[in-house]
This record gives sequence, C-alpha cells and structure tokens, in this order.
Amino acid sequence: MEIGGIVAYLVSLAILAGIYAVFTLGLNIQWGYTGLFNIGIAGFFCIGAYASALITTPMPTGIYAQYVHQIFGWNLPFVFGILGAALVCGFIAFLIGIPTLRLREDYLAIATIGIAETIRLVFNNEQWLANGPRGLMGLPQPLQEWIDPKHYNYIYLVIVLLIMVIVYLLIERGIRSPWGRVLRAIREDEVSATMSGKDIFHFKMQSLIFGSMVMGIGGALYAHYTKAISPDVFTPLYGTFIIWVMLMVGGSGNNKGAILGAFVVWGIWTGTNFMTDLLPYTLKARAPYIRFLLIGILLEVILIYRPQGLLGEEKKISKMID
Amino acid sequence: MLEVKGLLKSFGGVQAVNDCSLNVQKGSITGLIGPNGAGKTTLFNLITGFYKPDGGEILFKGNRIDGLPPHQIFRRRICRTFQITREFAHMTLLENLMVMPENQLGEKIWNAWFRNEGVRKQEQIFRDKALEVLEFVELIHLKNEYAKNLSGGQKKLLELAKTLMADPQLILLDEPGAGVNRTLMRKLVENIKSLCLDRGVTFLIIEHDIDLVMNLCNPVIVMSEGKKLSEGTPDEIRGDERVLEAYLGGQYR
Repeated sequence: MEIGGIVAYLVSLAILAGIYAVFTLGLNIQWGYTGLFNIGIAGFFCIGAYASALITTPMPTGIYAQYVHQIFGWNLPFVFGILGAALVCGFIAFLIGIPTLRLREDYLAIATIGIAETIRLVFNNEQWLANGPRGLMGLPQPLQEWIDPKHYNYIYLVIVLLIMVIVYLLIERGIRSPWGRVLRAIREDEVSATMSGKDIFHFKMQSLIFGSMVMGIGGALYAHYTKAISPDVFTPLYGTFIIWVMLMVGGSGNNKGAILGAFVVWGIWTGTNFMTDLLPYTLKARAPYIRFLLIGILLEVILIYRPQGLLGEEKKISKMID
Repeated sequence: MLEVKGLLKSFGGVQAVNDCSLNVQKGSITGLIGPNGAGKTTLFNLITGFYKPDGGEILFKGNRIDGLPPHQIFRRRICRTFQITREFAHMTLLENLMVMPENQLGEKIWNAWFRNEGVRKQEQIFRDKALEVLEFVELIHLKNEYAKNLSGGQKKLLELAKTLMADPQLILLDEPGAGVNRTLMRKLVENIKSLCLDRGVTFLIIEHDIDLVMNLCNPVIVMSEGKKLSEGTPDEIRGDERVLEAYLGGQYR
C-alpha cells in the first residue's frame, strides 16, 4: 500500500476514534463521576444523529418528495445541527430522568436500554419521521464547498478534535469545581450525600442531561461524517457496548482516560478488521464473531487485572485551589 | 430545642417507634439509651427526614420539620452521623469535608464555567475551614488520604468532622463510640464536650457504652419498645428499676 493510502486510512480511523471519544466523555460524566448506569447510549447517539440530519438537510422537493419522507428539513448550517442535537438529547434525557432518577441505579439501566431500543425502532418504523429503514442521505458537511473531497477528511478530523477538546475542557472545569465534588459524593454514597444537604435528584438530573447532550453532539458528528444514516447503525453493540468498553479500558473517572480508551479500543477494533484478511479461508467467515469475542475478552482482562483502567482516577480532583 | 410529640413509625407489623415523645434542651448533651430494637436509630432516621413518620410531630426551634426531605432538614442545621460510617470512600479527607458547606457558588455548573474567580475565592475559605476542622479532630496529617483508608475509629472522627463543616446547631450521633479504642474515645469525648461548651452545639447521642454515657451525658433518656421509658440524670437512671427491667427482662428482678 502506498504511503498516502495509509495516512488516509489513519485519518478516517482517528475521526471515528475522536467521535467515540466524545461519547466516552459523555458516559464518563454519567458513570465515571456520578455512578449513573446508562446503558442506552445508542438512543442518544441515534437522536443526536437524526436531529442534526433533519436540521441541516432541506425538505425533499420534486420527485424526491415521493421517495424521501422527513418530518422537517430546515437546511441550516452544521453548527445549528450540533447545537440542536445537544438540545434535543438534553430534553429527552430530562424526560427519562423524571421517573427513573428517583429509583435505584439498576432501574436506570433497565429503563435506558429499553428506551434506546424503542428509539431505534421508532425511527425504523415511522416512515414520516425520517424515512424509516432507508434513512437519510446526503447530509451536508461543513466547509465542503471550499475543499477538494479527496482531502476533506483532514478538515473533518480537525473539526472533530476541536469539538472533542472543547467538550473535554468544559467537563474538566465542571468536575474540578464543587459541582463535580457533589457528583462524586453521590457516586460514593447517595444516602450520605443527601444527609449532607445536597438535593441529589437535581444533581443526578444535571449529570444525566449534560452527559446526554455530549452524546448527542457525538451522534451529530457521526452523522455528518458518514453523510448517510439509517436506524440499523444504532445497535447496542456499536452504540453502547463498545463505548462502555472504551471507558472501562481507559479509566472510569478520568477524562484523559476516556479519550485514551476510545482511541485504543477503536484502534484494536479496526486493526483486527485488517488482520482478518490474513486468516485462512475457513475462518474468515467467522472473523466478525471472533472480533466480538476479542473485545469481550479485553474487557474481562482489564476488569480483572486493572479495574481502574489504563489511567485511574486522580486523587486530587478539586483543583480550583492550589 | 428539639421536640418530638407522639411520633409513630411501623415497618410491616413492627411498631418501631410507638407514640414517642421527648425533648432535647438547647445546649445539652442528651444521651439516648435503650435495648436493641428500642427504636433509637429509627427515631434518628425520622428526625433527619430519612423516613417519613406515620404520625406525630417533630419540632425544631418551634417549627415543624417532620416530612421534609433530608437535605432541607440539614439546612436547618441538624446534622447526623451514622452507626456504620458512611464516608465518601474514594475522595480525600479534605474533599469529604469540602462537600459539606451548603449553597456553594461552584455547585452550579455555569458558575464553575463562567464565574471562576468567585468560586475560587469561596473554595479557599472552605479549604481553610476544612483544615481547621481536621486540626481539631487531629486528622490533619491524613488530609490527602482516601477516606476508605482510615481505621474504623478514625472514620468515626471523620463523621464528626463532616458535621462540624456545616455549622450545626444540633448534632445527632449514632453510636460514636462503637469500635473506637480507649485513646480515641477520650479524644472524642473531649471534642464533644468542648463543642458543647465553647460553641454551644447541642448533642443527642445514641450510645451503648454506659461509661461514656454516664461521663458525658446529662440528661439521659431511656427508650424501650418505641417510646420513652424514663428520663433523668445519669445517677437517677442508674437507680431506675424500670430501666434495668427493660434491658434485662422482668424475670431478673
């Protein structure tokens, strides 16, 4: 393979790893710092992607209108897509939080996994909403008019990394303040936190909403990268499970760890895809399942031998002073 | 200061607190003793809002507080410790204490983002206060240690230190002496006495260690079967036949 091909491949790998890092950062707010067991990331991924797609595409006209149905199409720039995705996900998280956050954490897990599947099936079955199983195509990419499509991925990588860094800085600043300290107190002991005068329902709600908004941004970044989305993308494996593995590997309760985990796991995941070409013919057909197995084994090895992840939680977190 | 009137609470068929009435005087160190299952801890859980009473009233400085959520009762400056300590395990001692002050500016995330200076100033005040409290309970050398690494007795001291961060007017201590060695115990007793005398904090203490109760508390309230059995000075309680009966059962008379 020529050198240019390898670079292009690495760039596309880094874009997706960067997008997954955004999801992992979102999950880190909820699980790493607050102990909220959200296993419905795919739902926010899906909503974020569709929200941005609907905001940035025009309403189909002419002959397309017969084949493509969507509830609205505002034809707005990319930035509005990102912001819209965050706002819609935040609102959905608020609605989910009202009944579930007063319950014990296990119930949040059950509720979120169910809601994520429901969201995916709604987009699959409701044709009028976003074109059902065929999904939406031709999503606009920022700055695409000015750049040769051959080199476009470099620009998109910069955009993804920029947004990832902004999200990282916002979370860091929140977590190292008294706000983050209360979240961690809730994670450690809810009863003790409420007896310390903290209104834990509101703090858990803020954490759920903030984390879900970040996930919505991740969904929007994904949608504009692939330029086409359909409900079959947002499965529990790619939308939820792999993100959990990333956080566990990188280090729950550490934002740098969340980003590192995303790059490491995505690197292994796509790297093994490469290697399947080397397998003998008889094993090739089974390769995808072997890869699932591999990720599962990786998670177990980490949980047994390094439960705190590659980078564990730092000891001194309230860093506003000294 | 604290008045409990006709309080009721049952769990299934068990009447844990049954028409319980008692008073805690301002500035006192009131002991609360009684056999296991007398309803002492349940009474604490009712006062602090962890449980809602089935009936009766709880008044703090003349205002009803029964039925309020725990964080609002905390804001009226009633603090408690737990029989089995509940520290924030993976947070340092300093952070454990700095969680406690109420209405921190930086507890709103937009202040943390956009009003950094104000938050920073407040953090400095809280940190200094936390250091002072750690000095008081003599845990200062462990300020950057995870709370989970403390010994059982040190965790009891940490619990007391956490309540001090909130400028409490009434502290409810649930078996502060259990599992604490003699030396630490003496320190604990001194701390409680000096808080009461110097800072005017009122205490209500559940304790099974009779020596500690007799040394520290006056008056002593005895609970049995969910209600107040008797109340008096330590000496009066020592001579009260009904108390002996409650602890040992009638047949030993």
